Amino acid sequence: MTTKTTWWKTAVALAATAVMLFPVYWMLTVSFTADRRMRKTPPDWFPIHGTLDGYRAVFDQQLPYLATSLVVGLGTVALTLAIAAPAGYALAKLHPRGGGVLSFLLLVAQMIPGIIMAMGYYAFLLNVGMLNTLPGLIVADSTIAVPFGVLIYTAFVRGVPDELIQAAVVDGAGTVRTFWSVVMPVSRNATVTVSLFAFLWAWSDFIFASTLDSGGRQRPITLGIYHYIGNNNQEWNAIMATAVVASVPATFLLIIAQRYVATGVTAGAVKD
Amino acid sequence: MIAPADVVMNLRTQTHATRSVDGPRGAAASAAPHRPTRGTDIRLYHRWAAWGFLAPITIYLIAFYAYPLYRNVDLSLRHYTVRSFVYGDAEFIGLDNYRTVLADPTFLPALGHTVVFTVVSLALQFSIGMALAVFFAQHFRLSVALRALFLVPWLLPLIVSASTWSWMLNSESGIVNAALSLLGAEPLNWLTSPEWSLASVTIANVWIGVPFNLVVLYSGLQAIDPALHEAAMLDGATSWQRFWRITFPLLRPVSAITLLLGLVYTLKVFDIIWIMTKGGPVDSSTTFATWSYRLGFGNPLPAFGPGAAVGNLLILAAVLFGLAYIRAQRRQHP
Repeated sequence: MTTKTTWWKTAVALAATAVMLFPVYWMLTVSFTADRRMRKTPPDWFPIHGTLDGYRAVFDQQLPYLATSLVVGLGTVALTLAIAAPAGYALAKLHPRGGGVLSFLLLVAQMIPGIIMAMGYYAFLLNVGMLNTLPGLIVADSTIAVPFGVLIYTAFVRGVPDELIQAAVVDGAGTVRTFWSVVMPVSRNATVTVSLFAFLWAWSDFIFASTLDSGGRQRPITLGIYHYIGNNNQEWNAIMATAVVASVPATFLLIIAQRYVATGVTAGAVKD
Repeated sequence: MIAPADVVMNLRTQTHATRSVDGPRGAAASAAPHRPTRGTDIRLYHRWAAWGFLAPITIYLIAFYAYPLYRNVDLSLRHYTVRSFVYGDAEFIGLDNYRTVLADPTFLPALGHTVVFTVVSLALQFSIGMALAVFFAQHFRLSVALRALFLVPWLLPLIVSASTWSWMLNSESGIVNAALSLLGAEPLNWLTSPEWSLASVTIANVWIGVPFNLVVLYSGLQAIDPALHEAAMLDGATSWQRFWRITFPLLRPVSAITLLLGLVYTLKVFDIIWIMTKGGPVDSSTTFATWSYRLGFGNPLPAFGPGAAVGNLLILAAVLFGLAYIRAQRRQHP
C-alpha cells in the first residue's frame, strides 16, 4: 500500500465522518445561535454572532434535572453491580444446576420492549405507592443494564484462571471471601464496563422517566429537554444547549473510556 | 419456549458432566478413594453457594421482570379505568381488548409502518455499516480515531438525537430544507406531512444504528484470516470479487447476529418516533411501540387494557425473533 492511496482513503474517511457527525455539529451551532437569528433563511452555517444565552438558561433552569439524573444514574449503577456481579461469578465458576435456564431467561429479558415493562411497572409502582419516586425509577432503569451486566461478568470471570480461585480456597477462604477478595479485584475491567453502560443508559432513559416519573417532584434531564420542547417552542438555543450538556457523559465515555465501550458493544454479539 | 430452554439445559448439563469427569473433581476421586463423602459434601456446598450468589438475580428477575410482565398480561385481559387501577377491581373481559385492537382503524397502518420502519432501517444500517467496516478495516492514517468518532450517534441520549433531528428537519428553519434549496430542490414538510414523516424518523433511526453495525461487523472482519485475501489477490481476484467470495460468506454468522439484534432493537424503538412526530400526523408514523404508549399514557383518558394488548403483540414478535437469534448463535458456536 503506497502513501498516496492511504491519503486518499483518509480523505474519504474524513468526509464520511463529517457527514456522520454533522447533526452533532449542528446541535453545537444552534446552542450558540441567538434567538433573533434562529429563524433566518438561510440559517447561519457557523455561529458567527454566538451567544451564551442558551447555556445561561440551562444553568438557571436545568440544574435540578441534571442533579436528579446524576442520582438516578449512580443509584442504577450500584443496584446493577450488586445484582450482576455475584450472578456472573456463580454462572462462570460455580456451575449451578439450572444456570443454563437462567442465562436463557436473561437473554430473553433483554428482548422485552421498554414500553411493555413501563406499563407493567406503572401498575406495580402505583399499587406500592412508588410512582413518581426516584427509587422506583432506579429499579426500572436498572432492568436495562442488569442482563447486560450478568453477561459481561460471566464472560469476564470465566477468563479468570481456576488456579487463582483454588489458591484462595487452599488459603482457607470461603466462597464469599473468594468472590470479594479475589474475583472482584481482578474483574475491575468488567466492573468499569458495566458501570459505564448502566450509568449511560439510566442517564439517557426517556421511556421509564416519562411513564413512571412524569409527575414527580424530581425529574431527570431527559424530561427536562422534553418539557422544553413542549413548552417554549421558540428557544431552540436553550433546548440544544441542554442537549449538549446532556451529552457530556457520552462524550466522557468516548474520550476517557473508549476501550470499555468497544468491549461493551461487541460482548453481546461476538464472542472471541 | 420450553423446547429451546430444555436444549440449553441439556447442553449445559452435558458439558458439566464431561468437565467433572476430566476435571479436578475426577482426579480427586481417584486420588482419594477412601474419602468419597467429603467430595460429595463439597459439591453440595458449592451448589448451595452458587444459588446463594444467584439469589439476588433470581428474586430480581421474578420481582422486576416476571411480575411486571404478568401485570401487563393481566392489564390486557381486564377492563381497566383509572379508578379500577387504584382499587384493583377491574372486570375480567377475556380477549376483548385484543379484539378491540385488531378492529381498530390504526391497527393495519401501525402494522405496515412497523414493518416498513424495521425493514428499511435494518437494510440501510446494515449495508452502510458493512461498507464502513470493510473500508475502515484497511488501516489508513487516522482510521482508528475516525472509527471511534463514528460511535458518537450511538452513545448520545436518544432525546438529544431526536430533538436535534427535529430541528434540522424543521420545515421553515431547518438546515436540511436550506440545503435542499441550495441544490435548487423544493423544501419538504419532513415532520408535518403524512408522506414524509415515516421517512424522517427512519433516517434518524438509521443514523443512530449505523455505529452498532459498524463496530460489530468490524470486529467480525478482524477474525478473517488475511492470508485468504492475499491468496485470492495472487490469483488475480478484484477487491469486489474478494468481498463477495471471501468476506461476505465468512461474515455470514456475524451478519446474522447483527441483523437479529438490530431487528429486536428496532422493534422496540419508541423514543425517536415519539419525540420527533408523536406518531403523526394522523398516524402516518405510528408503530406498535408508539401506539401502545399513546393508548396507555398519551391520552388524558388512558386505555391501559388495549395499550397492554398492543404491547403484548409486540413482545410476541420480539420473543419469536429472540428464539431465532439464539438458534443463529448456536449455529455459530456449535
